[in-house]
Amino acid sequence: MVWVFTGRENGALLEIVNVSRHFDTFVALDKVSLHIEAGEFFTLLGPSGCGKTTLLRLIAGFDQPDGGDILLDGKSIIAVPPEDRPLHTIFQNYALFPHMTVAENIAFPLRMARVAKQDIRTRVAEALEDVRLPDKGNQYPDALSGGQKQRIAIARALVNRPRLLLLDEPLSALDAKLREQMQIELIDLQKDIGITFIYVTHDQGEALALSHRIAVMDHGRIIQVDEPSRLYGYPGSRFVADFIGKCNLLDGKVSEQQGSRVTVELDGLGSVYVSGLETQFAVGSRCALTLRPEKIRISRSSAIPGASDTLSSPADPSPLSSFDGESHFPGYVHDMLYLGDVTVYNVTLANGVLLETLLANSASGRTNFFEIGDQVEVAWSCDAGHLVLD
Amino acid sequence: MLKTVQGKAWSKYLLSLPPMAYLLIFFAAPTLIMLFSSFRYPGEYGGLAPWLVQDGGQWTFDLTLESWQRLFGTDIYLRLFVKSIGYAICTTLFCMVMAYPLALMIARSGRKSRDLLLLLVILPFWSNFLVRIYAWMIIFSPVGALTRILNGVLDLFGVGPVTLMYSPTAMIVCLVYVHLPFMVLPLYANLEKHDPYLLDAAQDLGAGKWRRFWLITWPLSLPGITAGSILVFIPVLGMFAIPDLLGGTDGIMIGNVIKQQFMESRDWPFGSVLSMVLTVAAVAVVLLGSRLSRQRAGMSGS
Repeated sequence: MVWVFTGRENGALLEIVNVSRHFDTFVALDKVSLHIEAGEFFTLLGPSGCGKTTLLRLIAGFDQPDGGDILLDGKSIIAVPPEDRPLHTIFQNYALFPHMTVAENIAFPLRMARVAKQDIRTRVAEALEDVRLPDKGNQYPDALSGGQKQRIAIARALVNRPRLLLLDEPLSALDAKLREQMQIELIDLQKDIGITFIYVTHDQGEALALSHRIAVMDHGRIIQVDEPSRLYGYPGSRFVADFIGKCNLLDGKVSEQQGSRVTVELDGLGSVYVSGLETQFAVGSRCALTLRPEKIRISRSSAIPGASDTLSSPADPSPLSSFDGESHFPGYVHDMLYLGDVTVYNVTLANGVLLETLLANSASGRTNFFEIGDQVEVAWSCDAGHLVLD
Repeated sequence: MLKTVQGKAWSKYLLSLPPMAYLLIFFAAPTLIMLFSSFRYPGEYGGLAPWLVQDGGQWTFDLTLESWQRLFGTDIYLRLFVKSIGYAICTTLFCMVMAYPLALMIARSGRKSRDLLLLLVILPFWSNFLVRIYAWMIIFSPVGALTRILNGVLDLFGVGPVTLMYSPTAMIVCLVYVHLPFMVLPLYANLEKHDPYLLDAAQDLGAGKWRRFWLITWPLSLPGITAGSILVFIPVLGMFAIPDLLGGTDGIMIGNVIKQQFMESRDWPFGSVLSMVLTVAAVAVVLLGSRLSRQRAGMSGS
């Protein structure tokens, strides 16, 4: 089930080496390098204008880089025109040929490759089976729904077994429910056929759900490449922490490091432990503690003995030693959002920072545990957060 | 509820009333009058003879098939029709071949230059049709620079001098010149709407330049070609001004004969016969064209 990658640098299917692309003065891609493995579901994620679509068009061959190289199976494909590259693209609007039937659309790449007529017929029928639309062959694309068009576009792109499939925000035109269903179908399909997918999206949720690995891009550069859970749990920068999921960022300063455990002095709050860190942090450097809302515990302040003391002296740097590696801070509920399954409580801490916390509405009937203005205590264990340097 | 629905239906009829009335009065009625005229006798000094005459106290219809018999009695008119259709087909084909690359180029150029290029296409409409034909007469004149240079070059190869004026060549050149915008504009309107991603997709799926054109752009542009062809073919079929001015004696087309019947020969009934045949031919072409484009639209490239 879990996808494990070994030998990442050796024999990658697709290598992107120092690729740059400029449009006049605008830098769309700035020395981007990537290795994509055979069989991988790889996602390029970033806000609009980050260069992800530019990179996809370079891989497809619709555009030429200003510098760098793109290697497929170790061979440069820069000089190869798009029609001769063994990879296909799923376009955002599907780009089905309106004057051809579904079967003729799927047959198109086979005809281009001059496959024999009988073979085309059987392979088109198989492809239609694969996307579970066996009786749509004689219809025109206009007669199909959005999801069906999507499936036909996928069938057409996969029918002659490309080495790589490039997908340019293929689900953005679908409504939320259908999108979720298509995400599951895409995962299953990719697993079944084992063809490498390079997927472009600005939707971080989609990226986390689908990908084996994600490259987060911003302003034409790759910010971080990692597996979804690591990207979420160990963001490498403020940008990644903020872009992937919801995240609280508490500013502070590194005051001490013992092995994997770092002591951080949070501005206006006091010192906390952060454990499970893999890198060395220079003492005195500015940093931010990243805390996901669901990793923070929220409780009534009166429930904890001695909590009133902390409340009266917010600058007291004492919470370190208390409660086996957990950090506790007092605050009050600033506002809340009832979302059905969970309630979001925004808690104002002593230093004025707003901390977003989640509380699952597990008890039936009870919806709001706290009211706006309630004095509460927030707590997190020392391995709940991660440090990013400024 | 029902009342408002009915009210809406009524307003729909009301809206279409003016154009309907216009077409009835100025198209359907004249066509029927023309059809009726083709069965009447010509008047002594032009016009038409009365169709209801009093013959010894009795009113009788005075109608005849003479004009229709005249049409089918000789092959002169049939050959003229065939020749006119030939000119119309030639003009349409030349227009198509010349307009397609132009329309494609305009449709794929930047937004700014696109407007300028379209303006240039319709620029000839700013001057009068006849004035533009007179301009061609000057160009084709035997003492004009074009004819002299051409004959000078031909002389080098030992070929005798040619005259451009009053020749089928001159007619075709001028017919194409006049009707080219009518082919360019509908073609452009069609090509401009093509989704550029379709070409990207075709290329991505392995189609080279030519296959992208023949399998994607060409079939999708057939409605534009049909519209343009109808807009060129039908006016050329009935054209009389260009053959009159540039065609000489050999260049005569059916339009000239019709004009002749109504003007010089003062034979309105026979003019009506020829006009009816021309109208039927034009309608047939439109029906054929729309049917062809509908079939093609649903047809594959295979």
